[in-house]
Amino acid sequence: MSSISVAQHENYLTADFRLWSWLTTLDHKRIAVLYTVSITLLFFIGGAAAALIRLNLLTPYSELVSIETYNKLFTMHGVIMVWFFLIPSIPTTLGNFLVPLMIGARDLAFPRLNLLSWYLYVIGALFAIESLIAGGVDTGWTFYTPFSTMFSNTHVFAAVAGVFIAGFSSILTGLNFIVTIHEMRAPGLSWFRLPLFIWAMYATSLILVLATPVLAMTLVLIAVEHFFRIGVFDPALGGDPLLFQHLFWFYSHPAVYIMIVPAMGVASEIIGCFARNRIFGYRFMAYAMLAIAAFGFVVWGHHMFVSGQSAYAGTVFSLLTFLVSVPSAIKVFNWTATLYKGRISFEAPMLYALGFVGLFTIGGLTGLFLASLGLDVQLHDTYFVVAHFHYIMVGGAVMAFFGGIHFWWPKVTGRMYSDAWARFAAIVTFVGFNLTFFPQFIVGYLGMPRRYPEYPPEFQLWNVLSSTGAVILALGYALPLFYLFRSLRDGPTAPSNPWNAKGLEWQTSSPPLPENFLRTPIVAEEPYSYSSDGPSHG
Amino acid sequence: MSHVEFFPAAASTIAGSIDNIYFVWLALSAVIAIAIAVLVVIFAIKYRRSSTADRTVAVGARYEHTMHRIEVTWTLVPLIIFLAMFLWSANAYYESATVPHDAIPVYVVGKQWMWHIEHRGGQREIGELHIPVGRTIALVMTSQDVIHSFSIPGFRVKQDVLPGRYTTLWFKATRTGDFRWFCTQYCGTAHSLMIGRVFVMEPGDFDRWLAVSDTEGSMAAKGARRFRQFGCSGCHGPSANVHAPRLEGLFGKPVQLQDGRSVIADERFIRDSVFLPNKDVPANYEPIMPSFRGQIDEEQMLEIIEYLKSMENVPQGVQR
Repeated sequence: MSSISVAQHENYLTADFRLWSWLTTLDHKRIAVLYTVSITLLFFIGGAAAALIRLNLLTPYSELVSIETYNKLFTMHGVIMVWFFLIPSIPTTLGNFLVPLMIGARDLAFPRLNLLSWYLYVIGALFAIESLIAGGVDTGWTFYTPFSTMFSNTHVFAAVAGVFIAGFSSILTGLNFIVTIHEMRAPGLSWFRLPLFIWAMYATSLILVLATPVLAMTLVLIAVEHFFRIGVFDPALGGDPLLFQHLFWFYSHPAVYIMIVPAMGVASEIIGCFARNRIFGYRFMAYAMLAIAAFGFVVWGHHMFVSGQSAYAGTVFSLLTFLVSVPSAIKVFNWTATLYKGRISFEAPMLYALGFVGLFTIGGLTGLFLASLGLDVQLHDTYFVVAHFHYIMVGGAVMAFFGGIHFWWPKVTGRMYSDAWARFAAIVTFVGFNLTFFPQFIVGYLGMPRRYPEYPPEFQLWNVLSSTGAVILALGYALPLFYLFRSLRDGPTAPSNPWNAKGLEWQTSSPPLPENFLRTPIVAEEPYSYSSDGPSHG
Repeated sequence: MSHVEFFPAAASTIAGSIDNIYFVWLALSAVIAIAIAVLVVIFAIKYRRSSTADRTVAVGARYEHTMHRIEVTWTLVPLIIFLAMFLWSANAYYESATVPHDAIPVYVVGKQWMWHIEHRGGQREIGELHIPVGRTIALVMTSQDVIHSFSIPGFRVKQDVLPGRYTTLWFKATRTGDFRWFCTQYCGTAHSLMIGRVFVMEPGDFDRWLAVSDTEGSMAAKGARRFRQFGCSGCHGPSANVHAPRLEGLFGKPVQLQDGRSVIADERFIRDSVFLPNKDVPANYEPIMPSFRGQIDEEQMLEIIEYLKSMENVPQGVQR
């Protein structure tokens, strides 16, 4: 591919500098940038709440904030991180940018819906932020009834409205990806030549489109009960409080896969590239992601083993949860096997991806503890659960997201960053993460409940370790802000394919042209056709 | 901090079996995680970019066959381990979900933000629970407002406490001492203050504790007073001339309903009959009972239930 001739053309960033051109852009790459800026902002708001939570938990007596404030802090942390960061994170940023590039298309199938999706996200986020400024919400991100509908006196409905609106943004993104991947693949790009990142986006989009409407309906029912006092969830009005939990987790369990499946896609791209090897068991990897997406819909009851649902329901949900763990296990083994006979180098994206594999493994293994019925009784609603889902959603998903940002940064911005600083940040993040969350497994089995601003003094040691780790973790997350911004100003210009990676996105210039490709690429190769026994720059 | 704890005290009959599942998972996880970590490190060193290690792979049908066998192996091996762990942990769960028949009931009402306990003898406690060692205790629990959860980590037990229904949590303590209990379902502002301690006593000490605690009579006696106070006896009493079901010996028996269903007259049935009288109307009776929602609170309801239970052994037809 002659990247030299391409480099003379204007790229998507230089096409138009006016703010208005950004706010009305239909270019998937610019929308990806808009999303990146927005969710980064929300990530640091959610992170600030986490910092205050960890600071408060340094001592057992809630000396930093009042218990009301603490309840609002963990609610804010959860609402923002789950709905306004983790769920949109990889699909709306890397996904928006890369799906058309990876399949050799000019844009997504519905560019206007794509822009609408970003506006809906922003409006939803503004509602959520408004609920915080107005005084906060104290229900937890789970909005359990009848507390949220009939008892909380905080700004529940602004937050619920925000989540409701942002849900439509998810649905539009999912719909757009499904149609694009079906209809707009380049000639020769058959399904089993697709990069695993595309498979991941496809599986995630199915969940987004099928699960999010259930969340929307559930949130409407909350409002109906609150404003019209129609008994849906509150038994005092003739409702059923467990109904809410069933509906909520019917969405929110698949939502976990909305967060982690894209991360699996990112990790596969990075590991293949830096091991210079075919992804081991490519077809198994693609099927595993579809299996996870499908099984993910039938395990929601494992959040409810002690809720009062029947023991038989619990048994079925436990069994299904073990079954959904099998494809996750397969993926870990296959990433490991991809390293075998590779030609491995350890640039920053690879360190992030390997960190992802390690943390996801621990998150997955501890998920098996929670799937075990009798044992879950002890662990449910303790810090063991908090540690487990942070290992999956922060250790796993965020580590992979950062890996993806570093991997595709040269493509998105046309600049190289300092790899030494980036490798340092990856290691700091990995160490800080483990120190923050590993002690929580121990204090969880000891019985420390979630959502407690005050706790018995015998739990303090573990909390001090965790809060210390959080300082290191915060450093790990803040560092990229500095060296990545610096690269925009004085980083070396990135070539089209700085990592010698396979994949169509590397065949166009960095940053890409507004129309992505001068000529529609024709695909004649299998995916990841790296050759590790050839010259080192294959 | 005098000593560092890694595991909580194990003070109930089921704690040992739950801990065993935990330890086996810890061991399996350690083996798997370390195996993956070791492989990653070995590959990372052996196949680093600058190494000259042999990277030739035999391609062809034989290679494909080997790859396929590897994939199938590491699909089936985890599956078999998972199924075994599923059966074991489900079995332990059934043990904790099945309430033994000889359990002594203790009644619990959760409300924002305190726990009200009442023993059958009428002894009330708030934030403390005294029980005898070596006896099976069943907490019959409900909530006056939002969802709470009753958790005693030292006993490895936990159960959500719901408004509008009864849930039961049982345990048999194996040693004396005091053990923390927590509300583990977030319930609003002072959720973290909804905590207490379980005092496990020698049976003799427990009996003395029961004897010296103030009561206004047993729960059944209080229930009998409520039964008259709220006018229940006007229709359900021996001298009533309204066509209403007689309640002697009712508890625990099947009841034929108007719509053809048959239900057991348990705590839920009685509570629903008082608060939602049109829900389960007994066969051959008119749905004329008014709802007592808002008049009878959850604690009074439990006393009335205990009164009805106390009528259990009275032979049918005997007037009280």
